[in-house]
Amino acid sequence: MNRIPLIHISRRKDIVWYKAWLIRIIAIILALVLCGIITMVTTGLNPIKVYAAMIDGTFGTTRRIWMLCQNIAILLCISIALAPAFKMRFWNLGGDGQALMGALGAAAVMILLGDKIPNGLLILIMVVVSIVCGAIWAVIPAVFKARWNTNETLFTLMMNYVAIQLVAFFVIVWEVPKGAGKIGIINQNTNAGWFPQVGGSKYLLNIIIVAVLTIAMFIYMKYSKHGYELSVVGESEPTARYVGIKVRKVIIRTMVLSGALCGVAGLLLVGGTDHTLTTTLVSGRGFTGVMVAWLAKFNPIYMVLTSFLIVFLQRGSGEITTAYSLNQSYGDIITGIILFFIIGCEFFLNYKVSFRKSHKEVA
Amino acid sequence: MDKQSPILELKHITKRFGNITANEDVSLEVYQGEILALLGENGSGKTTLMNAIAGIYYPEEGQIFVNGKEVSINSPKDAYDLGIGMIHQHFKLIDVLSAAENIVLGLKDKRRYDLKAAGAKIREICDKYGFDVDPNQKIYNMSVSQKQTVEIVKVLFRGADILILDEPTAVLTPQETEKLFNVLRNMKQDGKSIIIITHKLNEVLEISDRVAILRKGRYICDIKTSEADTQQLTDAMVGHAVTLNIERKVPVDPKDKIIVKNLTVRDSDGVEKLKNINFTARTGEILGIAGISGNGQKELLESIAGLQKIETGSILFVNEDGTEEELVGMDPKKITDMGITLSFVPEDRLGMGLVGNMDLADNMMLRSFRHGRGLFTDRKAPYELAEQVVKELEVNTPSIRTAVRKLSGGNVQKVLVGREIAAAPTVLMTAYAVRGLDINSSYIIYDLVNKQKARGVAVIYVGEDLDVLLELCDRILVLCDGQVSGELDGREADKQKVGLMMTKLGGAEHE
Repeated sequence: MNRIPLIHISRRKDIVWYKAWLIRIIAIILALVLCGIITMVTTGLNPIKVYAAMIDGTFGTTRRIWMLCQNIAILLCISIALAPAFKMRFWNLGGDGQALMGALGAAAVMILLGDKIPNGLLILIMVVVSIVCGAIWAVIPAVFKARWNTNETLFTLMMNYVAIQLVAFFVIVWEVPKGAGKIGIINQNTNAGWFPQVGGSKYLLNIIIVAVLTIAMFIYMKYSKHGYELSVVGESEPTARYVGIKVRKVIIRTMVLSGALCGVAGLLLVGGTDHTLTTTLVSGRGFTGVMVAWLAKFNPIYMVLTSFLIVFLQRGSGEITTAYSLNQSYGDIITGIILFFIIGCEFFLNYKVSFRKSHKEVA
Repeated sequence: MDKQSPILELKHITKRFGNITANEDVSLEVYQGEILALLGENGSGKTTLMNAIAGIYYPEEGQIFVNGKEVSINSPKDAYDLGIGMIHQHFKLIDVLSAAENIVLGLKDKRRYDLKAAGAKIREICDKYGFDVDPNQKIYNMSVSQKQTVEIVKVLFRGADILILDEPTAVLTPQETEKLFNVLRNMKQDGKSIIIITHKLNEVLEISDRVAILRKGRYICDIKTSEADTQQLTDAMVGHAVTLNIERKVPVDPKDKIIVKNLTVRDSDGVEKLKNINFTARTGEILGIAGISGNGQKELLESIAGLQKIETGSILFVNEDGTEEELVGMDPKKITDMGITLSFVPEDRLGMGLVGNMDLADNMMLRSFRHGRGLFTDRKAPYELAEQVVKELEVNTPSIRTAVRKLSGGNVQKVLVGREIAAAPTVLMTAYAVRGLDINSSYIIYDLVNKQKARGVAVIYVGEDLDVLLELCDRILVLCDGQVSGELDGREADKQKVGLMMTKLGGAEHE
């Protein structure tokens, strides 16, 4: 019976910030080392060169840096939209659909009203319509959840497909030219409904808007009464009722906000950069955003970092697969390993692992 | 039996959780055929120490000897192999399985799984010690006391000679407790050793042979029960002299505050939880509500607090000027908006009264977050209130920013009661305010309740300890099966009478 467990795992009470960052950095280094070994074994390439290509693919040119920032901005916008819902323990997996509906709303206004009214008014209507579209798409499952306690996970998920089908339908309705099966660039000649360029870049305005929204969301969740109410509802509904918080109202209100911000993301894509509408416009950011939000523990400021990480991995792995003409899965493997280590290090942030000193035998 | 060698011996046990030391250098012996009571305040490390013996935790330092041989207990299975079994405070049973299935679950047996043989062995154990268990009964059909019995049989089935019971009586009625104690005495006769954790000193004195006292994770002393008394044990446990009196002043100028008339409540399944309840709570008075847990106490308080859907009846709040306001149909926010400060300490502290994952200051904010200016919460006042509560009620917490769920039960309760009293209520309702609290914390709570009474608050105190109810309350309302079984004067009522009324509707009135 005298075996003594060698490894001893205990929960940490709290951890100093520099230790926490040290653990995270070690995790990333270990992930890079493992990726390097796998790269060498499977492809025979020099891993340092591969990493350099990743970095070059993300930061190499001014355009690439703009693209990086634009991608971060859109992903971040959807992530901060999802954060209050998840903080309320409302599993909003419908970010894709909500953003797509916002995009549909903005595109509809551009196509139907473009050139008929002054541009400033047009953009204003686009903003309102896309926010309303996103909010409606989010509030439907919220009402069902609040009234009849339906499962929001499935509901929001299904709403994505409805949104995709709706967009597919309108793409055919508005296709240019007839029979092309796509809309193409909307108002290419007049630029009606296109957001004005700030600082000579079509990306900067989007980035500024998302930065402002991120800070606003941080303040909303941390310091406002609404933010407090939604976190109480998320933690314990009986407690919320006990202090007189109207749970239904909070669920619906928070989802309106969540959907509205997703709608804004769609608006930024259509009005700010892409100027078109396709079913793949949002490209799964509604789901990636879930990961961004959880990794950052719903803190909008941390989400800047986590969304940067995700976008960097996506763009970097995309670059190496094309630069070295590797299989698409190779990029996924690298991304997967790095994320695994980053999420895995949470364990070491919460638990302490120590090796037990062997203590003397007693006869 | 005294000077034999110990069956279980702990030497210099230290167990840490991060920076917190739960047990420090604890040495303890247990002899064959004795009942050892382990006594200590909330958070003094009793449960942790027992978990180390039962294989749940592995201590950082120290040695454990069983029958004189050093052992290393890495898992509950190791503990069972050594004849050690623990009955935890929260039962670890599977609801949809029968008693027998739960008992044999997890046993590694080479032979074929034979439930009949197991059933026979279970009956044998039951007959031997006087248990009352039907091996084929499903757990979900069982009362709390029956479930506990299954846990004990489970441990005996595995051949345990050393039994550890963690607060077994906290969930039992006085009658069930008596039954349990008889069983424990039978097991002791049979040569089993029993370690029992409890807060109730009268039980310690009744059942144990020896008392070991822990304070702040350290072993203080052990006392032979025959030589101990309540005062001595309390002082050793707390570390300084404590007065064990509950002051009961005559109510000053009591006026009707809450008038409940013909109140009937059904749960979501349509079962009547409260039937035609009538009573009045008055200012400057403590109205005790006695009854076996689950006889409508929860529904009654939640009805007054505006949390319960009410079938029929009325709940009137009497204003200072004598006008009456109907509370039925109100929710907590509307009641607050009407200018009524109604404080409520619910039974489920972390599930209803507090948010476990939030820190002390944010929990204080639950009552006051609407006071902030405009859209924003006022974060300073709750922080100061938290500091004040921590100081005045001696809450043991690493900081104001610690999540409440990390505190021990007594400290959680102090945070909750502190917040509710800080609102300067006109009505204070408490449900099992001292459940799971050690004696020192309990007396702090009684004192707080009494101070509210002196302030002219109408106090409704739902309790389970009859001795305390009889000492503390001015009037006692006894509930049985959702009905008022009787109303007694707290100064004249006797325990027997109240006990009878709790189990039989209007029980004592026929005598």
